Order: sequence, then C-alpha cells, then structure tokens
Amino acid sequence: MRIPILKLHDYLLISIQTEIDDNTAIQFQEDLLDKIHTTGSTGVVIDLTSVEIIDSFIAKVLGDVVSMSDLMGAKVVLTGIQPAVAVTLIDLGVHLKNVPTALDLEQGLLKLHRELGE
Amino acid sequence: MEPQSCVKIKQEWDIVKARQLGRDIAREVGFGTVDQARIATTISELARNIYLYAEDGEICFEVSEESGHKGILISSVDTGPGIENLSQVMEDGYSTSGGLGAGLPGVKRLVDKFDIESETGKGTQIQAVKWLR
Repeated sequence: MRIPILKLHDYLLISIQTEIDDNTAIQFQEDLLDKIHTTGSTGVVIDLTSVEIIDSFIAKVLGDVVSMSDLMGAKVVLTGIQPAVAVTLIDLGVHLKNVPTALDLEQGLLKLHRELGE
Repeated sequence: MEPQSCVKIKQEWDIVKARQLGRDIAREVGFGTVDQARIATTISELARNIYLYAEDGEICFEVSEESGHKGILISSVDTGPGIENLSQVMEDGYSTSGGLGAGLPGVKRLVDKFDIESETGKGTQIQAVKWLR
C-alpha cells in the first residue's frame, strides 16, 4: 500500500486515509524524502485527520520523517491529530516535542507560510 | 463471560488485524472514542512485541464482567525467548530494537490493570484490562 503525495506549488500535501501498518509507514518515509528531493519542495503538510490510532512505532516514523525532511531543507507540519490520538500518545509517553503541528490543513499551510517567510 | 476471540501474530499485517478486532469489540462493549484508541494502541504495542521479538504468539480478547463491572481483557501470549530483565523493560525509554522504548511502560499507563509474566526460553504472557467507566 502506498500513501499518495500531492504536489501543490512549493509544497507537498499528504492526507493519510488508511490504517497505517509498519511497512506502509516505512514506505511512506522513503517516498516522501524522494519526492522532496525530486520536486525541491520546501514545505510539507501531513494531515492525520482520518488516523484513528498512532502507536509508538508510527509515532517514531512520523517524528523521524520530520527530522529527516528538516535535514534536507524542507519543513514538515503534522495536522489534524484527533483528540483521542493526542490523549493516547501522551499516556503512552510519546510527546513528539520537536514536531510542528497545527489544528487542520488550513492552519498547517498558514504555519508553513509564516515559517518559510513567504 | 463471553467466548474468547484471538488473532495469531505471524506477519506484520496481523498487528493491524488484532487492533481492528480489539477496537470493534471495545466499541460494542460501549467504550468511548478515547478509550477505544487506548485499547487499540495497547493491542498494537503488544502485538508488535510478539512480531518483533517472539515471532509466534497470539492476542486474545475477552469481555469480562466482574461484580457488575464491565471491561475488556486483552491477553498476549507468546512462545518467544522471554524477557530477561523485566524491571528494565518496564522503564520508560528502554529499547533493544531502536524504538522509542515507550511500549510496555506506556501500555501500563493506557490500561487499568497490567500483569506480565515471562520466563527466559519459554515465553511471555501479558494480561491487560480496561474497565468501562
């Protein structure tokens, strides 16, 4: 299973709509880094509105992809984390401290605009 | 006590199967969305441990009713290598797989009751219970 990555001007948009298993998550990590490389995108929004569960593994993959993209020069914002997912992650002890987040896709794009000074 | 349902954990996709079944049961029992997410995450962590370390095991669910208290009982049984130092794996941040080390101590915080037994060379058994509030 592949998660589609859409290009919009200088940004990449991803909306995760399926249940994420470990392989899909790892594949997505590679696909996103490749896409940043080939398109030269400076900003990425990963929307998690439809994601009902994030366990410690998926959280690690998401946190890592943010750091990896950062190394390549692209800013990533995670958006739409559901209340139940937020509660569960904190209970689990996963704080994703250095990961930029926003309420929804719209806020996420605004945050990227501000951070990239456009 | 209702009959058990189990999911064998052999492939990576079985982790998803187990947590989906667990979430469905949790929803039927009447858990709210936050507790459903806690239960699904608990199952995901336990199933991943089986997949990563034991290669063979299963996750079972039981709807339990104890003195008017309704809840879901999740058990994880494997015939893997067992855990040598139980107190160490229950510490936050300890991991042998390069993960976040949030697994077991995290799971303990997600549920109301958590019991673990492990014997080196024999396997590990974990029971976790979440009560309906």
